[in-house]
Amino acid sequence: MASTATPISAVAANDTLVRPSRSLWSNAWFKLRHDRLTIAAFLTLIVLAALSASADFMATNVFQYSFERQDLLHTYEKPAMEPIAYLLGTDDIGRSAVVRLLYGGRVSLAVGFIAALVNLTIGIFIGLSAGYFRGWVDDLVTWFVTTLQSIPTLFLLLIIAAIWEPGPVQLTVVIGSLFWVGICLYVRGQTFALREREYVVAARTIGARDRRIMFNHILPNILPLIFVLAAIDIGGIILVESALSFLGLGILPPTPTWGNMLTGATGNLVRGPWLIYPPGVMIFLTVLCLYLIGDGLRDALDPRVRGHAG
Amino acid sequence: MRTFILRRLLFAIPTLIGISIITFVIVRLAPGDPIRLFTFGSRATNEDIEALRHLYGLDQPLPIQYLDWMLKLVHGDFGQSFIYHTDAAALFIQYIPNTLQLAVVALTIQLLVGVPLGVIAALKRGTWVDGFIRVFGVAGHAVPAFWLGLVLILFFAVQLKWLPSQGILTVGKDPWDFLDRLKHMLLPAYVLSLTGIANYSRLLRTETLEVLSQDFVRTAHAKGLNERTVMFVHALRNALIPVVTALGGILAGLIGGALVIEQVFSWPGIGRFTFAAAIAKDYPVIQAGVMISALLLVVSYILRDIAYAVVDPRIGVK
Repeated sequence: MASTATPISAVAANDTLVRPSRSLWSNAWFKLRHDRLTIAAFLTLIVLAALSASADFMATNVFQYSFERQDLLHTYEKPAMEPIAYLLGTDDIGRSAVVRLLYGGRVSLAVGFIAALVNLTIGIFIGLSAGYFRGWVDDLVTWFVTTLQSIPTLFLLLIIAAIWEPGPVQLTVVIGSLFWVGICLYVRGQTFALREREYVVAARTIGARDRRIMFNHILPNILPLIFVLAAIDIGGIILVESALSFLGLGILPPTPTWGNMLTGATGNLVRGPWLIYPPGVMIFLTVLCLYLIGDGLRDALDPRVRGHAG
Repeated sequence: MRTFILRRLLFAIPTLIGISIITFVIVRLAPGDPIRLFTFGSRATNEDIEALRHLYGLDQPLPIQYLDWMLKLVHGDFGQSFIYHTDAAALFIQYIPNTLQLAVVALTIQLLVGVPLGVIAALKRGTWVDGFIRVFGVAGHAVPAFWLGLVLILFFAVQLKWLPSQGILTVGKDPWDFLDRLKHMLLPAYVLSLTGIANYSRLLRTETLEVLSQDFVRTAHAKGLNERTVMFVHALRNALIPVVTALGGILAGLIGGALVIEQVFSWPGIGRFTFAAAIAKDYPVIQAGVMISALLLVVSYILRDIAYAVVDPRIGVK
């Protein structure tokens, strides 16, 4: 008997047969590296963010034209290489479109990220509480969520923006505190399922407090897919902010945003039709990248999805 | 079924109360005094302003104002507009059909385009067709609708002059001129339908793949049915169920999104009118606008749930 069977310990010790186990994250990274579309989207987003972040530097050193500088002798200049500040033309009061475009990115990205942070915090907190405590807490949350879902959110936001006239910071917080319903419902559903798992029961058996179970045991298991939601969420917020700016309610001129640049372009549709393309393309590109990243992350992180082929 | 519908109707009551509270709080707690705004530049004395404030009930404590508004609301009275001095709800009557018209046409486009796209993507999965539909779907979500509207106006209305750039009818035309209406409808409805097309194509792709991998589809194949019968009689029917569920989000998107589209295309709808009222701080009209649009949503959610219970007998009637 001893001569025929190889001892188990010998097999296990043979390291060619034992593959190191891979964590969720390293697994995800492995998949992401092979997803060229997602990588491209990620790089594009980094370039866009870097361009916006260096707006001050670019304006003084490359374009030599500040974002608020007007030049009434050079209104409606067509896009040209010379001088470089007219790369995308000038608007009705001779401001450089390309410089304003760089500054506009700042606002959009900042609002997107900060508002997303606000609504993720609210959504996760309320969703976890509702899913974990159930009972009247869940009833209350469900009632509130149903109510909020029954008012077109954009309507609500526009009315708040129109009659409260909030500043940029307040506006960001308002956007953040209106768009958490989707995240909340997702977290609530996941918590419902997870709180019945053995490991949660085990944690409760050894006397872990509610807060510890919620944040140390349940939340880490929901977190990966929250990254997916966050990417899509930021994209959605950028769209909403640009629409709001476009309607003249968001962040107001002279601070350039992609949305209020489009408002200006609408008024000059006939004399300066080229002004309408760059801000829209920038919004589209940014949001597209974020959505593609969200999609790619979902494929990489969700064990149920295997590749794009489904 | 009848109890299900009744219960669903009863559930709508707390929601409606919640909506009214949120609307009221947002509108009435806003900074700025509407009476001062309207009398600005007129020779109204302070006593006149106080009298006006009393007339509109704005001198009462907020909870009293809310109860007063609610009591009238239950009787179908939305209050008097500060600006037009007529019933706030009556002002909306002419705009509701316009918004609904746009929403229904956009919904039709979404279903007619989105559903086939999703099914095709699933059938051709992994090929370039699938990839193309996927990118198209993401792009449809990512494009700012108002900007696309502007670009289309620039192209089709300003440069080519094929389609009108705004409004619902050419001024002076016969209101029943169908072709004229269609021309005005084309661009806004297309722009409004884009997100939904993206949603539906994605959803249908996932669902079709899921259904196609199930046992009853294999059985249908095994008993020798041809591809078409399996697809249309067995698979598609089941894959379509979630479409009904998704209707909720889509409808919210249509009614909310319409606000921006209406603005871009100068479409005389609820959104555009409410927006104008918000800018003018006409409280009763804003409140009526939000309540009416929310009511449209609540009704469509109820219809969706009923449709869902009809389509999928496993759910609903408990």
